[in-house]
Amino acid sequence: MPTITLQQFMFGAIALVILGSAILVATLRNIFHCLLFLALSFLGVAGVYLLLSADFLAAVQVLVYIGAITVLMMFALMMTHRVMTTDISQSLTQWWLAPLPIALGIFAVLFRVYVRHGGQALVDTKHHAVPTTGIIGQALLTRYMLPFELASILLLVAMVGAIILAKEDKSDDPA
Amino acid sequence: MIPLEWYLGLSAALFCIGIFAVLSRRNAIGILMGIELMLNAANINLVALARYMHPHILTGQVFAIFIMTVAAAEAAVGLAIVISVYRNAEHINIDKITTMKW
Repeated sequence: MPTITLQQFMFGAIALVILGSAILVATLRNIFHCLLFLALSFLGVAGVYLLLSADFLAAVQVLVYIGAITVLMMFALMMTHRVMTTDISQSLTQWWLAPLPIALGIFAVLFRVYVRHGGQALVDTKHHAVPTTGIIGQALLTRYMLPFELASILLLVAMVGAIILAKEDKSDDPA
Repeated sequence: MIPLEWYLGLSAALFCIGIFAVLSRRNAIGILMGIELMLNAANINLVALARYMHPHILTGQVFAIFIMTVAAAEAAVGLAIVISVYRNAEHINIDKITTMKW
């Protein structure tokens, strides 16, 4: 098919946004700008979910990643920014390009596997766009009941652990 | 219709950029950002494969939701550790955090 459909054009634009901002996240010097581009990259991934007609996941992506994780990182950055601001290089001092061949090698392997084995899995997805929220909720409360409850316990443990780890220890403070 | 390989290629590229960020950053929070990028790449893979192989069964999307849960927990605990390190060492430069290095 030589002509590019609207869907494919949208995918290209979103992929460009995701990859471009991800590269900036990995290379920019100012860590605050990195965080903003990380949020843009998360937004692009939400767009990919929409293209895959995963509407609930797209909403959750915006809520959890942009609304929670990015804001959390922003708080952590503000608490630690005194010594790690723009005047210091954010990357490793020497050899900062050394990870590049590692990343490219992994990409080559993944890409080769995908191109060779991915083509058989095609299903015509044109007529299956249904709202997914109800189906996911039903699946979570019936078939995936146990993982669902375990995830809630995990979140509780992580919350308590994060509070304990980040709390200022005043008991053995000499002052 | 978008070929499945496009999604898989996008996810592979995003994953490798995440790996590069994790390996090349000196700021601990930058490393956490790279990990989030890698988790997002895995999620794209899951959702795309679920969509193209079993469009009526949403197992891939449910799994992606669990990955998001774990990512949120990981970010919370990781940032708490970073803040704790900052309180003790006055910096979060992973080149200089060598207390547990033999």
